[in-house]
Amino acid sequence: MSFAALATDNTLATRAQRVAAVAAEFSDTVDAEGRFPKEAVDAMKAERLLGIQVPSAHGGESASLLEIAEVCSILGQACASSAMIFAMHHIKLSSLVEHGEESQWHLGFMQEVAGRQLLLGSATTEGGIGGNLRNSICAIEIDGATCRLEKDATVISYGSQADAILITSRANADAAPSDQVMTVFRKGQYTLEQTHVWDTLGMRGTCSDGFLFKGEAPAEQVFQKPFAEIAAQSMLATCHLLWSGVWFGIATDAVSRAQSFVRAAARKSAGQVPPGALHLAEASNLLQLVKSNLLSGIRTYEDAKADGEKLSSMSFAIAMNNIKIASSQTILDIINKAMLICGIMGYKNGTPYSLGRHLRDAHSAQLMISNDRILANSSTMLLVQKPDFSLLG
Amino acid sequence: MNETIRELLGRVGGLPVPVTEIADDADLYAAGLSSFASVQVMLAIEESFDIEFPDSLLNRKSFASIKAIEETVAQIIKSREAA
Repeated sequence: MSFAALATDNTLATRAQRVAAVAAEFSDTVDAEGRFPKEAVDAMKAERLLGIQVPSAHGGESASLLEIAEVCSILGQACASSAMIFAMHHIKLSSLVEHGEESQWHLGFMQEVAGRQLLLGSATTEGGIGGNLRNSICAIEIDGATCRLEKDATVISYGSQADAILITSRANADAAPSDQVMTVFRKGQYTLEQTHVWDTLGMRGTCSDGFLFKGEAPAEQVFQKPFAEIAAQSMLATCHLLWSGVWFGIATDAVSRAQSFVRAAARKSAGQVPPGALHLAEASNLLQLVKSNLLSGIRTYEDAKADGEKLSSMSFAIAMNNIKIASSQTILDIINKAMLICGIMGYKNGTPYSLGRHLRDAHSAQLMISNDRILANSSTMLLVQKPDFSLLG
Repeated sequence: MNETIRELLGRVGGLPVPVTEIADDADLYAAGLSSFASVQVMLAIEESFDIEFPDSLLNRKSFASIKAIEETVAQIIKSREAA
């Protein structure tokens, strides 16, 4: 396709590729400086990618989870931090799309997200709960038509750059830790006092600093559905699937760099296949596993969405957990193989085969909701869940 | 059956309040039933009533309240008798 044709091609994949080109240009700087990938996020807004999930009737494009995961992967091949920001935004947006239609305020806000391309942030982590996002210490205070919340949020990804934050808390001062609600606070309705600095091994551009969050907003901005249901019915699945989309993208780019390396070496040595070529075949095999796993997970989610009971079943939760575990572990193997292939050229920064950033970014995958916690959760459910041996689903 | 379920819930449910204070239709998750504890309750019920929960009934809804648990258990016993 000619460049002019590319500029006027407005399929979702092409728009995502134009954003990826911007993200790729700044990915090394974003990583080195640990700064927000402003150029890439501005490009997402310009290509109107932040609202694609919103139904067409409400100003979006009714994009499917598969299409959104594809965008995550395309961006992940260019800049994992930008891709993760895009994924986290859409995970939050899924709460509005799947559960917001019951309230006029949330419906209006969802339309505004699509119309004005607002970036949604998330504050589910809290000091003192040990990473279990299904528990809160802080409680929202409903005072007539106003709600107030103060939360020691140890991580709010791109908190300073978000246009709104979706935040969890206990439903009231007397509620049990697991009796949670989620509330939308728009920029201007809260203050953030930085408490932790995000200086990390990888995913440096997500700027997931810690903040003391203090917000006050109209009480109608509290989601009517309990957070437990939002978590089970949309967040669990979209998290694991869209994250996996990003991770698949990182691994894809690593394999693609390794493949270029092997190809260049094979060309130079006229017909002689370099020794690393075997690893390439192995990496390609593992990459296919990650892809199949992700695709089957997306299909499982789409099927379950048609049947609400399935969405909150244990077998569905275990299936989603398994997808997260598998993709987060396997991409490390894949990138490691790519590193073996590219050798010192992969280990060094600033070469066409550099893989350091990929490897560092990929290491976050096992920790974003720790795999140990997920395995413990699945192993509890497996005490009662009955296995399904059918290939038919 | 209600009494047995209440007894098991009190023993393994890990609830922050006494079971006697929980109404039959009260939301158990809101009362503080964790997902780990709900599995312990399921196991105890399976043992006590000598039943197995089919996968289709292993969801939040089946365990949302004491009444929901009763209905779920009754449904399993009924379908076993019919078989």
